[in-house]
Amino acid sequence: MSSRDVILARVRAAVAGSAPVGEAARAYRAPDGGAADLELFAERVRDYRAVVHVVPDDEVPAAVAAALAARGARRVVVPAGLPEEWLAALPGLERLVDDPPLAASALDAADGVLSACAAGVAETGTIVLDAGPGQGRRALTLLPDYHLCVVRAAQVVASVPDAVARLDPVRPLTWISGPSATSDIELNRVEGVHGPRTLEVIVAEPGTRTS
Amino acid sequence: MSGTFLGMPAFPRNAEKALADSQLRFNLRKATHTIRGRRASVVEELPDWQGLRAAGKAIKDDTLRNLERHLLQAERMVTEAGGHVHWAADAEEANRIVADLVRATGQTEVVKVKSMATQEIGLNEALAAEGVTAYETDLAELIVQLGDDWPSHILVPAIHRNRSEIREIFLDHMGEWGRPAPANLTDEPKTLAEAARLHLRERFLSTKVGVSGANFLIAETGTLVVLESEGNGRMCLTLPETLISVVGIEKILPTWRDLEVFLQLLPRSSTGERMNPYTSMWTGAAEGQEFHLVLLDNGRTDVLADEVGRQALRCIRCSACLNVCPVYERVGGHAYGSVYPGPIGAILTPQLRGMGSELDASLPYASSLCGACYDVCPVAIDIPEVLVHLRAKAPHRPAERLGLKAASWVLDRPARLRRVQRLASRFRGLVPKRSLPGPGAAWTQTRDVPSVPEESFRDWWDRTEGGAR
Repeated sequence: MSSRDVILARVRAAVAGSAPVGEAARAYRAPDGGAADLELFAERVRDYRAVVHVVPDDEVPAAVAAALAARGARRVVVPAGLPEEWLAALPGLERLVDDPPLAASALDAADGVLSACAAGVAETGTIVLDAGPGQGRRALTLLPDYHLCVVRAAQVVASVPDAVARLDPVRPLTWISGPSATSDIELNRVEGVHGPRTLEVIVAEPGTRTS
Repeated sequence: MSGTFLGMPAFPRNAEKALADSQLRFNLRKATHTIRGRRASVVEELPDWQGLRAAGKAIKDDTLRNLERHLLQAERMVTEAGGHVHWAADAEEANRIVADLVRATGQTEVVKVKSMATQEIGLNEALAAEGVTAYETDLAELIVQLGDDWPSHILVPAIHRNRSEIREIFLDHMGEWGRPAPANLTDEPKTLAEAARLHLRERFLSTKVGVSGANFLIAETGTLVVLESEGNGRMCLTLPETLISVVGIEKILPTWRDLEVFLQLLPRSSTGERMNPYTSMWTGAAEGQEFHLVLLDNGRTDVLADEVGRQALRCIRCSACLNVCPVYERVGGHAYGSVYPGPIGAILTPQLRGMGSELDASLPYASSLCGACYDVCPVAIDIPEVLVHLRAKAPHRPAERLGLKAASWVLDRPARLRRVQRLASRFRGLVPKRSLPGPGAAWTQTRDVPSVPEESFRDWWDRTEGGAR
């Protein structure tokens, strides 16, 4: 008898005779599908000591250029499928493109990575990447020490249930809430361990600046 | 479970030793009080916490009651997505499977994400015996590994160490495992984290095999979920060519949607954050990786067979119960002699290992039954209920059994009780004042002998008609 059969037989024997368990009651806030509070999203991302800019759509290129300039990032990983217009204000940028795949050491040596995302969660200040367009494979947003992420307003959902409903589990997913951190020293949170130590987020609101 | 703790004395002896360590008590008090406050404030933020908690309990009860179906579905989904599934009945078999998988890659080094399951089975020691070095990459695990120490907390295995102790461990031992710590290392947490980053960086970039556990395994989709903070998890899960995940069979969640509950319950209960910095989810062989899932029993089906004790398998290893426990706060994790310390350890360890050793039989008593653990448990495990249940099952000495049998005989009939009370009053001069002899001596070590009254309450009531005369 294989261990598989042994374990399954033990499992069967262990619960034989126990009362059946019905479907779980879900007496909590369900996904509402409505528009999320962008201000709350920005505030919650900031709570993790990430830098957040909320700008109108047409100012994303300027915001990206300003962020990279302030960081002094010249060699930047640009995942396939990233909207070209986001880089419009940076004609001289040295782009590291993952085709053929970049070596880990090349990613490690990059000044940063600019990515899109798959979703944002307002209540928890979380960004979710799903390796889709403008995000690339998971290592691209892991090894560079600086991660600049552009989040479109329509991608931000209110709560965790909304995000789970929207995401595709078949894709590799990375939920990011602030820069890399640890609570292992006296249970106090310290930012900056193995993942990117600086996370900067540009939230793009629809429309143009009115003032 | 792991051999590391074999032969440890029973909990009371360990506790006595730990209580004498004032540095340990100071470190623990500081850390547990910090985390308690943070958990309370982020839990309070959610208006539907109790609804989430009830759902978390109900979902896990479904997992356990229908475990066979969920396991088979998970196996099918992982396999369809290009992963390989292995079944391990016990620790030895799991270790052998992992060692064989590593050997097949030709590698002699693996990087590890913090995992309770691999600690439970003593994987690092088993790999070392096969000539494979396992490098722990979680900061606290690294502190434990470098200091040749034992873990003392589920979430933060080095909770018993303060910053200056950590600095010394880094300075003294990092060089033995790889890149040494910078000579001018201070005890600033930021500097210590930086030292860990530098120490492990090259290792992450070059190691070909990663070993992990998982917080959840979604049966419906075959998706594995790992929550972490530092990014060491992402490194180990993403960069190696081969990934081996050792997962207890109770880690299953039936559906993808169930994550909406647990991604709210777990981070808030464990690190006291709205969300932990990084959560990785992958299904089968992601991004061309070779993926192996090892499903581990190792005593879990024994726990499942106990209708009262089974609820311990709902545990999602958040460690909130440790952080609020007055006993844990004072004695620390080592006294429990298991990788699962604190209240959850006191009910999980004796069920996983059985109560054959003196230590394991003493664990159900490592509690004041105050119930704080039950209040904070995100999946509503009634720990006090299981503790009492296990106390009844624990082996008891003949004298204790005789004493309790006598008590139940006496208390069974009012007339017997009356006769015994009168007898006791008549001979009350013979009862020692300070300590009882024989098997009663241990009981009176920390308690006074109750004085026997001249007359029982009921006799007094009859004689005076309730004090009227």
